Amino acid sequence: MQNTNYLYPKGLKGWLTSTDHKRIGVMYLIAIMVFFLVGGILGGIMKLELAQPGQQVMDAQTYNGLFTVHGIIMIFLVVIPGLSAVFGNFFLPIMIGAKDVVFPRLNLLSFYIYIVGACIAVLSQFAGSGPPDTGWTFYAPYSLESDTNVVMAVFAAFVLGFSSILTGLNFIVTIHRLRAPGMGWFKMPLFPWSLYATAWIQVLATPIIGITLLMIAAERFLNIGFFDPTLGGDPILFQHLFWIYSHPAVYIMILPAMGVITEIIPTFCQRKVFGYQAIVISSLAIAGVGYLVWGHHMFTSGMSDLSRWVFSLLTFIVAIPSAIKVFNWIATMYKGSIELRTPFLYTLSFIFQFMIGGITGLILGSLATDVHVHDTYFVVAHFHYIVFGGMGFAFFAAIHYWYPKMFGRMYNERRANWAWGVVFSGFTLLYFPMFILGLQGMPRRYFDYLPEYTFGHVLSSIGAAVLLTGLFMMVHTLLAGRNGKVAPANPWGGKTLEWTISSPPPLENFVEVPTITEGPYEYK
Amino acid sequence: MFKGASNFAGSIDSVFLYITVISLVFLIGLTIAMVWFTIKYSRKRHPKAVQIKDNMKLEVAWTVIPLIIVLSMFYYGYTVFLPMRDMPDDAMLVKATGRMWDWTFEYPNGKKDRVLVLPVDKPVKFDLTSADVIHSFYIPAFRVKEDMVPGKITNMWFIPTIKDTFDVFCAEYCGQRHSFMITHAIIVSPEEFEQWLAQTDADSDDHPGLIIMRNNACLSCHSLDGSKLVGPSFKGLYNSPKKLIIDGKETQLVANDEYITRAIYDPDAELVKGYGPKLMRSYKDVISADDMVQILDYFKNHAPR
Repeated sequence: MQNTNYLYPKGLKGWLTSTDHKRIGVMYLIAIMVFFLVGGILGGIMKLELAQPGQQVMDAQTYNGLFTVHGIIMIFLVVIPGLSAVFGNFFLPIMIGAKDVVFPRLNLLSFYIYIVGACIAVLSQFAGSGPPDTGWTFYAPYSLESDTNVVMAVFAAFVLGFSSILTGLNFIVTIHRLRAPGMGWFKMPLFPWSLYATAWIQVLATPIIGITLLMIAAERFLNIGFFDPTLGGDPILFQHLFWIYSHPAVYIMILPAMGVITEIIPTFCQRKVFGYQAIVISSLAIAGVGYLVWGHHMFTSGMSDLSRWVFSLLTFIVAIPSAIKVFNWIATMYKGSIELRTPFLYTLSFIFQFMIGGITGLILGSLATDVHVHDTYFVVAHFHYIVFGGMGFAFFAAIHYWYPKMFGRMYNERRANWAWGVVFSGFTLLYFPMFILGLQGMPRRYFDYLPEYTFGHVLSSIGAAVLLTGLFMMVHTLLAGRNGKVAPANPWGGKTLEWTISSPPPLENFVEVPTITEGPYEYK
Repeated sequence: MFKGASNFAGSIDSVFLYITVISLVFLIGLTIAMVWFTIKYSRKRHPKAVQIKDNMKLEVAWTVIPLIIVLSMFYYGYTVFLPMRDMPDDAMLVKATGRMWDWTFEYPNGKKDRVLVLPVDKPVKFDLTSADVIHSFYIPAFRVKEDMVPGKITNMWFIPTIKDTFDVFCAEYCGQRHSFMITHAIIVSPEEFEQWLAQTDADSDDHPGLIIMRNNACLSCHSLDGSKLVGPSFKGLYNSPKKLIIDGKETQLVANDEYITRAIYDPDAELVKGYGPKLMRSYKDVISADDMVQILDYFKNHAPR
């Protein structure tokens, strides 16, 4: 009976051609962790350059290429697919009591589209006329004029978009069609709910970035003037189209992260989630209102004054559903029976960092204050608190939470806790000083800076070194976990369906499809 | 460094304070609750969790109260922002142009400079535009920022309130030397300002050709001291031998009047070896024939050797 789980039979070909959602999830995990470490090291090199004023290890053009590739890798290859592709693929079918996603072959195709897109992105760094230097935002008209290899990078983002759309479509249909008998919508666990809200954004918003990137290519090759004023175009139109996708994309990153956190808290508190329906509604509200706030990236762009205040108002409103989630998470801890294990440490630090990211978002959403901190380090800090402190830490929480289920082994928890401590301290030291730098007026995307900004930059660079050390400790602990103790089916006392099957799960998840009679978090 | 020096700085800083203080109350309160629960209800002390039913009243309360608070934040930010967008009629108009990677400020009397000189306590409004890609005109001490968009004029205004020199940054990424696109706002007394404004380029000790080049940001890419920036240095340019790439073939010629004119009007046709194409635009419609005469005279007789 021993070798009937999804990890067998071994063999590379079996993995690369498998349509099993669990294997695809693990393949995404490996790819995304590799890209994450590459992107992280590139970020570390940037901090090395910025450790002192003046030129340290590279020239300005190299630095500009570096922050561009850091952004492209982290945004398009790591955080946008991130949780959906890895843990969504692995756990969505299991958590709703299905044997696989509804279109397994389409799922494998999505993975290969992702790999092709990733290869094009990597190739754009080496082929043609030099690494792109536009930043991941590709703002026109600079992206139309830059002599570097912009078109290939843009094409990579275009291809990756299809992977995202197809994964979203697959998840929507899976959730509609494959829930186990008895699992009504409001008996579904909250991670699948968050994936559902995310999937709709993926399907509806991603085509807009696709068409925008095609317009850039058309403008460069065919001289059609969409964005370049010398051809009769409008550069602000590009910003609108770009952010109509890229703002909802932030919710593609953070909604599944919220979903993961909502799974982990009840397990380690042994308590029913407080405000299940409020959390569901706030996920859908974030997905809905999140479409309508893109203009807050453009308060100083020269957009009309009317649009500025309308987008500001909507931005403040979208803060509410996120706040509701935080209140419900903390309320779930009240009178629980709390076990402070590694996934829970990451969860607590997620909530803390997410709150800081959220309240600094209020400062950026307010018109009067945004004007000062717009395009400064304040934005860089806010963004990394949400995307890394939020989505990244939720990813780490998820990997520590589901590791025993995915691989059937336990990592060394003492070492994992140490790694958490180093990662958390490094993160804070790296990004918190950036808020102060931003308030002092330090603009972002600067290769060099005036001497008065030195102190904050030095602290931040030290933080980067600490953070990278912590990340390698974490990855090492996880890799060493291959030889750890054999994990039981339910090591944390969870209630959702993945904890009812053996670790690692058998090939088609359930010997017998379960019938659902109660909500997902009915702790007694 | 946080010091505000414009009519807007005080009210904007109050909005910062308002949002930050309220947010900190929530952040600290919720963090304490989180840590306290983790300790108080740890499995050791509290082995059996108490299941608590959802509470509709509580959900409504923590939806409505934060909503009111954030709407007040929006409204405060909005009311402080409104006057920033309401350009006064009696303000002096300065036309500011950003280009890779320098600034030009043009005053009502036609005077141009790359440094912004303004009288204290007098309103000034700006017509902002760009000659190439998007830049952003940012003076941290004044808490003002607005993008400079090519093909479009955007606006900004303020009243400087302190006599001092302040940093002016480009805040929108604009290519290779973005981080060096820095100038100063020098705030002086109205009398000093009038005096400064009356000085024309003719009064300057600098050669007119050099002034023309400075006003067109030539010197932000071509140094006078021999250091290598984005383009080749101007030091010792005239009559020097130049290795050029023309149609992919290497050629050598001497930098004379004809060569320098071609290099300014059609820079990509003959590239100096070691420098890439598309970094410099054509100045055919920008630098007139008369100006070119001055520039050539500067290179021939006055430029550093």
